[in-house]
Amino acid sequence: MSTLTRSRFSRSSSSIPFLTAALVLVFLVLGVSQQANALPAFARKYGLRCSACHESWPMLNYFGQKFKDNGYQLMNDRDAPIWQNPGYWPVTFRITPIWHRVSTGKVEVDTYADGNPTGSTVRRVTSTGFDLSGLDFHTGGTLEKNISFYLLPSSDSTGAFHFEQVFVRLDNIFHSSWLNVKLGRFELDNLLSEKRILTLTGNGGVYQTYHFMPVGDGNIFGQIGDNQLGLEYMGHSVNDRTRISAALVSSSDGNVGLSTGANSYTGFFAGSQAFDTGRLGVQRIGFYAMVGQAATYYLTQGGVPLGGSGVANKGFSRVGFVGQFYFGPHIDLQIVTQHGSDNPWFGQGYGNAIATDGDGGTTATCSSPTPGCPFNNVPGTVLPVGAQTPTWNGATFEGHYVYSPQLIFIGRYEFEKMSQQANGAACTACTGGAGAGPSASNLGNISTYTIGFRYNPFMTSRAGLAWHNEYNWLHQDGTGPVIGLPSANINTGEVLTGLDFDF
Amino acid sequence: MGATAVLALPMPLVAQLTQNDLQTRLGTESHIGNITGHAKDGKADYRRYCVSCHGDLGDGNGESFPWVDPKPRDFQLGVFKCRSTPTGTLPIDQDLFDTIARGLDRSNMPQWSTFTKQQRADLVAWVKHFSPRWVSEKPGTPIVIPPEPEVTADRIKAGRDVFARVQCWKCHGVLGQANGPSAATLTDDLGRPIAAYNFTEGAKPKCGDTDRDIYRIFMTGLDGTPMPSFADNIKPEEAWDLVFYLRTLMSQKSKEKELAKQLGLKPVDPNAPPPTQ
Repeated sequence: MSTLTRSRFSRSSSSIPFLTAALVLVFLVLGVSQQANALPAFARKYGLRCSACHESWPMLNYFGQKFKDNGYQLMNDRDAPIWQNPGYWPVTFRITPIWHRVSTGKVEVDTYADGNPTGSTVRRVTSTGFDLSGLDFHTGGTLEKNISFYLLPSSDSTGAFHFEQVFVRLDNIFHSSWLNVKLGRFELDNLLSEKRILTLTGNGGVYQTYHFMPVGDGNIFGQIGDNQLGLEYMGHSVNDRTRISAALVSSSDGNVGLSTGANSYTGFFAGSQAFDTGRLGVQRIGFYAMVGQAATYYLTQGGVPLGGSGVANKGFSRVGFVGQFYFGPHIDLQIVTQHGSDNPWFGQGYGNAIATDGDGGTTATCSSPTPGCPFNNVPGTVLPVGAQTPTWNGATFEGHYVYSPQLIFIGRYEFEKMSQQANGAACTACTGGAGAGPSASNLGNISTYTIGFRYNPFMTSRAGLAWHNEYNWLHQDGTGPVIGLPSANINTGEVLTGLDFDF
Repeated sequence: MGATAVLALPMPLVAQLTQNDLQTRLGTESHIGNITGHAKDGKADYRRYCVSCHGDLGDGNGESFPWVDPKPRDFQLGVFKCRSTPTGTLPIDQDLFDTIARGLDRSNMPQWSTFTKQQRADLVAWVKHFSPRWVSEKPGTPIVIPPEPEVTADRIKAGRDVFARVQCWKCHGVLGQANGPSAATLTDDLGRPIAAYNFTEGAKPKCGDTDRDIYRIFMTGLDGTPMPSFADNIKPEEAWDLVFYLRTLMSQKSKEKELAKQLGLKPVDPNAPPPTQ
């Protein structure tokens, strides 16, 4: 499903009230869409139940991760399509009808008297109703032994499609599991996969750690949760205990059409090692690092930024550790940490001059360089006095109690805390943060909890159905509407129940 | 190997078990080195990973049975292909432990190498608890495999003679392409059609692809299939010769293949009188 619902809590200060309202709209219109790679088509091909590869569909277990790392192959010499019935067509669809209640604490709304507008105020907006997620059409598998593919046209809940994932992968080159190469648009090698997340709410259906941006920051390109366009090398030991990967991706946040920088790339590196700990299970620890550059100056024509013309690259990084810890067959804890850093230019709102949406297209094009359009680092622009490198630290803790393959309980806590704001103490005319002056040290900090459970009434190799129940609560510091309440915090809650199915 | 050489394996008569029967065997253990596996601890993994093929009762009648070929193993019979023990005997725990991790090429059984050793040991115990054979019988004694000799041209030629004498070609074909005259008639012990192993396709032999694994297959047979044990027909040194010759039929590069090429070694002639021992 599309990534359109991913919350983008950090934008230029001028757009905060708009974004708050938009957040509500996103909840209401797009609901719970997000994508997952769970393929009954694979189960049908190999005769295995969903539970063989999924801790709980769609989250992979260790065996499923190995299957994926082998290029969707079991390596039992039955992987080539020649072994399948000619009528076999590896297609899976997934969509989720739901009911949900969304409550956003502080939304700026107009006020009226005698039918005439009198200004605006801040109030909580709560909505309930039935809804749909987006639709995913997954198809994937092998073109030939050791040549695998994936194609995922994905829509939002209105049916607007984009290509969420498309790649071809050469597996086990020279008969070595250490040599696999993938080309296309794909999920970065995140052990805790957002594309296989077990939760569905607007804020709980993504990992905030994978998308966090400081308030006013213009760098959308450092979101490790978004699928990216590029080339990936991946290698692993035969039993998948050791895994390494390195990807070179365009600094475009996965957007097609060379719409962003003229020559900007990002590297993503990951490695992990698993350990056999007897009855406790297999424990895994690892690291990841995303280091890249993205454009801040786009050539303009009539004042309008030209897609694909971005230059004046500036740097950014996201680094962290990953842990997957199992405490017997029923309980596990997954941890991801992150230290993020953006160049000061990004912190002041430069970077995303084309207003890309992370789903492969552009959401808007400025008709003129008016206020409200993204900043553009045109020649002669100087960094405001006091501007500094925004840095932050975050972590995701997700625990599961797997009563059985058919019933899983989920609990998650995430925090993202700024360690240095883009607007330093000397700022008087800065363009980052929440205003021209120095930013509060906690501006944009996020805390969020998600709890839920998924019950699969049946478990076969043919299809998947989960009764999904979830509650998410998210708190962000200082990003509420400014009307009479500067630096208001926002609290958003959502409860959701639905039937998540795929076939 | 030749249909004429197929041994009639004794088929234990096993009544279909019930969950109640199995409850009484939950104390079944396995012993792998210093690891002890417990059947009751293997149940969860079995139900997660194995049940769709092997079934709740271990009878190989899981939901995927109709679509899986070869058919899943019926654990209630207690008959296993990959053993280190003589034909007709139960395997040792290590054999089952290795099979789980290795998987079975050209079948739907994947390599479950992601499990911890403890998980595998528990699964072995769970698999054992399905069959009453482990209550009434002891596993066989693993066969002794002598050290592997040096590969020579003479040994490869001698191996070809063994291949002809015990009529491997009748099932596997003179070039190892599984197209011998008996190939189309092969069935397993339950009467289901079964294919001979094709040496030329690059697939790994089901029970391991080292020279010792291949040697072991001759000498133990693959119980439940037409592949018999040749322990009574082939001397140990002849078995090694046969291993070397079979390497010349396989698609992978090998020293044996190179030597055969230098020799200009020709395939066996099915019309020639069988070589004498």
